[in-house]
Amino acid sequence: MSLAEKYPQEIEKVLAKYPPEHKRSAVMALLFMAQREEGYINKQDKVDIAKILDMTTTEISAIVGFYSLYHDKKAGQYRIQVCTDIGCALRGADQYLADLCEKLDVKPGETTDDGLVTIEEVKCLAACDKAPMFQVQSNNGIKYHEQMTVDTTLELIEALRKDAKEAK
Amino acid sequence: MKYMLLRHRDVPNINQIDIYQKNGGFDALKKAIKMKTDDVTNEVKEAGLRGRGGAGFPAGVKWSFMDNNNWPHYVVANADESEPGTFKDREIMESNPFQFLEGIAICSYAVGANAAYIYLRGEFWEVAHFLDEKIEEMEKAGFLGDKIQGTDYSLKIYTHLGAGAYICGEETAMLESMEGKRGQPRVRPPFPPSQGLYNKPTVVNNVETLTSVPYIINNGAKEYRKFGTDKSPGTKIFSLSGNVNKPGNYELPLGTTFRELIFEHGGGIPNGNTIKAIMPAGASSSMVVANDEALDTPMDYESVPNVGGDLGSASVIVVDDSISLDWLINKTVSFFEHESCGKCTPCREGAYWMKQLTSRIHNGEGTQDDVELLKSVATQIRGTTLCALGEFSTMAVVSSIERFPEDFEAKV
Repeated sequence: MSLAEKYPQEIEKVLAKYPPEHKRSAVMALLFMAQREEGYINKQDKVDIAKILDMTTTEISAIVGFYSLYHDKKAGQYRIQVCTDIGCALRGADQYLADLCEKLDVKPGETTDDGLVTIEEVKCLAACDKAPMFQVQSNNGIKYHEQMTVDTTLELIEALRKDAKEAK
Repeated sequence: MKYMLLRHRDVPNINQIDIYQKNGGFDALKKAIKMKTDDVTNEVKEAGLRGRGGAGFPAGVKWSFMDNNNWPHYVVANADESEPGTFKDREIMESNPFQFLEGIAICSYAVGANAAYIYLRGEFWEVAHFLDEKIEEMEKAGFLGDKIQGTDYSLKIYTHLGAGAYICGEETAMLESMEGKRGQPRVRPPFPPSQGLYNKPTVVNNVETLTSVPYIINNGAKEYRKFGTDKSPGTKIFSLSGNVNKPGNYELPLGTTFRELIFEHGGGIPNGNTIKAIMPAGASSSMVVANDEALDTPMDYESVPNVGGDLGSASVIVVDDSISLDWLINKTVSFFEHESCGKCTPCREGAYWMKQLTSRIHNGEGTQDDVELLKSVATQIRGTTLCALGEFSTMAVVSSIERFPEDFEAKV
């Protein structure tokens, strides 16, 4: 099914935000929509969005490549994106990330064996006073988790595993 | 002091519309839409409200630049909050959203815009959905939508999510991004009040700036000027982070000293360490030597440059003596290398070079020549890029090498 067939009303609602002659403004919202199911944007999504917005797929690809929250490769169902930028680093985020990776037996950028969780290192998330912190990007959007420890993170991952199992 | 911006700390649940209204909410909007639009702008001008996103440009003056021979007009609220060390706008939007939305509505009325957009960084996914709900509540209550409060004025506010790009906080890059393109800065002039979104006159203001507006309209410029200094009036939210006991947001009058913020409100430096440096404007800061002169400097737009820094968005990162600055500038440079949009060669290539050099030095593989080369690369980026990102990437580098040479000598 094409994106237009999957989410007709939602697409309509997004397009209504912008003047009809500038519907291209909806590209960012449509890319998030396309990413919802599989966690990344595939070739067909790009073709679909290009068609809806009168753009070329090359233009769509350029946008996907530019912004860090769009992905064109499959990863874990949950991307745990840990901030190790200045504010967080001054409060121990590098050590936190290293310890977390050791417990999960992955390196930043890698996915756990069950294919569920990908650990990523990201730039500032505007939560410098609540480090260590990360966001979880998944088909449910993006959610912040602040003032975390390795233990509370492992608990969260266990809960995510349970959710994923039940969903199946 | 009672809060002007972080009012949720005085009034619990002010993010609920009935509670906001019971506490004076929307009085400013009701008052403004009965005023002449120019009078609204003039009040903000007289209040001396300066842009809180970092540049400190007077908001009312910006509004008065809107080209009245070119329509429609737009307002874009900059909620891209991405400067490392800054985390104030999210608190406003999550906890005092109606005051922010009311500020947008007053600004939109003043400049004759019937559509306003809130550009949020993509990571603020939950905040955007929360604001969508609040916008709907305001529409139902008759403070947004068609014919607001029985007047002829209509306004729609829309949220627009970015997708992870620091550069989109730069206003022209933000407009490009809103138009469905890669977020790369435009050549200026023209500035947005002449040609902004869809090439139409556009005011781009930071969240905190807009949230300051209802107070000014309610109480008048004179009352607003009782806070802060003559040239930097009002209160400001200082985001305090780094090596400090109580990091967080502190709303204080502009002109409060670094010492008061860091030691009285922030509880001082942890682990018995000593303060070494201050980055007053986040990752884009020069490294200010934290001596007595700096600590006693008032945090306002005019005074901070006297100690070799800038106020910027007032994201105060505290660095103590356990930190070696070769490590810290490797962090700042890595950030800018990642976030450079690639449009201007000096920034794109220069940040890459600086990352290589700072990594080498930090890993103990550098020489004194590398430190000199690093400084030379940084200096050559300056003044050669379309937007300030290139310049920002060099601030901590050059100032750290000049003011803390021992940190580098120890590494090479």
